[in-house]
Amino acid sequence: MTATATPLPPAQPRRTATGRGRHLRDDTGRSWTARVVVTVVIAGILLPLVPLLLSSFARGYFHPQVVPETWSLRAWQIALGPGAATWSALVASVVVAGVVSLISLALGLPAGRALGLYRFRGRRVVEFLLLAPVLVPPIAIAIGLHGVFLRLGLTGSVTAVVLVHLVPVLPYVVLILAGAFANLDPAFEDQARSLGAGRLAVLWTVTLPSIAPGLVTAALFGFLVSWGQYALTLVIGGGRVVTLPILIFASASGGDTAVTSALALFATLPALAILLINAHAVRDRAAPLGGVR
Amino acid sequence: MTAITLTSLTKRYGTITAVDDVDLTLPDGEITALLGPSGCGKTTTLKLIGGLLTPTAGTVAFDGIDQRDVRAEHRGAVMVFQDHLLFPYLSVGDNVAFGLRMRGVGARQRRRQAEEMLARVGLPDTADRHPDELSGGQRQRVALARALVVEPRVLLLDEPLASLDPHLRDGMRELILDIQREEQVTTVVVTHDQEEAAVLADRVAIMFDGRIAQVGTARELHDRPADAEVARFLGSPNLLPGVRSGRIVETAAGALEVPHGTAQDGPVLVTIRPEAIVVAPASGPNILAGRVRDARDLGARVQVTVAVGDTQLTLVTRPDALRALLPGSDVRIRLPADALWAMPAPDPAAELAFRQDVVEGVAPVDAGTRTQGAADADR
Repeated sequence: MTATATPLPPAQPRRTATGRGRHLRDDTGRSWTARVVVTVVIAGILLPLVPLLLSSFARGYFHPQVVPETWSLRAWQIALGPGAATWSALVASVVVAGVVSLISLALGLPAGRALGLYRFRGRRVVEFLLLAPVLVPPIAIAIGLHGVFLRLGLTGSVTAVVLVHLVPVLPYVVLILAGAFANLDPAFEDQARSLGAGRLAVLWTVTLPSIAPGLVTAALFGFLVSWGQYALTLVIGGGRVVTLPILIFASASGGDTAVTSALALFATLPALAILLINAHAVRDRAAPLGGVR
Repeated sequence: MTAITLTSLTKRYGTITAVDDVDLTLPDGEITALLGPSGCGKTTTLKLIGGLLTPTAGTVAFDGIDQRDVRAEHRGAVMVFQDHLLFPYLSVGDNVAFGLRMRGVGARQRRRQAEEMLARVGLPDTADRHPDELSGGQRQRVALARALVVEPRVLLLDEPLASLDPHLRDGMRELILDIQREEQVTTVVVTHDQEEAAVLADRVAIMFDGRIAQVGTARELHDRPADAEVARFLGSPNLLPGVRSGRIVETAAGALEVPHGTAQDGPVLVTIRPEAIVVAPASGPNILAGRVRDARDLGARVQVTVAVGDTQLTLVTRPDALRALLPGSDVRIRLPADALWAMPAPDPAAELAFRQDVVEGVAPVDAGTRTQGAADADR
């Protein structure tokens, strides 16, 4: 018999073109213990919201009752009705948290780059000092800064609230970005420059895509940390800047549990949304340049 | 078409001088190799030419025009790094087209030029693949294509073959030579491997400690090293200290007529390539009597170590001479006067430092056996 000339199929299995195969492999490798842990954590976050949900739809909800006896939409109508203070508080919260997030990114990018990429004398000290605002109780910071802001004539303005929110927000943003930059090989930036990319083009085509997952996390984290501030906003805003937390506390001290519950749930929604977006972004866009090494 | 002139080029980091007062001319359209051990400043020099680093002092000029104020992205001197550095979030085609995109070339035109260039480096139909799907050798070709597609004035190659498996190096070397011959682009290759330098480059500049020790063709460096350091780096095994008086150098192995090299009377170092030493000549000048210490059959040739008194000389000869060169047998060897080369005697302090470097494995004794790790450390 003569040998047939049928070409052999390629010996090596072809890799998938999208590169998503990696994630699939991770999923199959995930053990059931990890699944249990994740489930418990998510339950721990979501379960406390259940009594809030029940309370917000209750007409009277008293101690021995597991579930309210009578239901009502009253609280939600008050909380979200047209002309309710909620809407202006929402705008204030979104503006403050958004601006804080953007400013912290602008300041955090160079700082995170320095901490993530370069070794220098005193780096450990800087890292520790960065955490200081997180370690000190916010009320202490608030009272201390209140004096300073009074002298500067800044108290009671949105600007002042934005500035004071940067105190607890910046440490998180800088540290998250430092972690993202640790994955970037600066040689890629040199390569881009060599190929004709100017400063902005390097930032846009190399640096930002490389740290994208960390950047998204830092932006969302900055937003959320600002979103949840109460003491700093109250003291520095002097009651004139009313964000959602301020409104919730005011409502709580007013004694209407159902409305307070509704407001609290409403304020949680963006946080939950961001949590989901973040988890999605970090999983699917994890393509830092460092990953190739 | 660009000739490069480096004038008093210096780069210091704090107290460390990485590039030390380098003067060098790189002729238009030629390939020049910067050869030296890791940490000698050759990659720093490459980055200074490309504008990726700013010199502490001195100038880089292209065609006589100082590039001091010309930023890297406008120099047209494109660097290809040792580990390809393909952007992992771009397809192969988009990687190749990157430089064109930066120059404002339209999408369709970019795509066409990228595909053409990929075909030229032997990778047609890979534009839609992801860099992860290519082998190391293919990625290096893509990196070369990405540099060439912008038609650079100057091509800067940092250890282009070092990250490749030995069986891939020949192909890449041929590719670089072919393309360079066609494009006539002025090319600078950084390498720690003298064979690579010899095969790729028209001229070789050898660097130690940030300084250029010698510039010439590979043959000139090989036969006429400027000093003991160059000779040692190029793997010359025969270095005989001696004292010159006129044409004669008195060495421990005997008096030798050395017409070439350092002419000044006094201490010198004499070298000769192993293949230039002649075995058992009938008669003539520069004949030494010795004893065979060792003879190794290397297949195509035989490497023989001969002891002349306390001096050991290494020579290479044809395999059919092996029978006459059994260890212990007496042998007469001639060191042809034209093949001998006198160099200035190294100063004793430098000599001691060099020996210590060898002991600690810092300075290479034989460039050909150096490892990949040392090359990486150079970056």
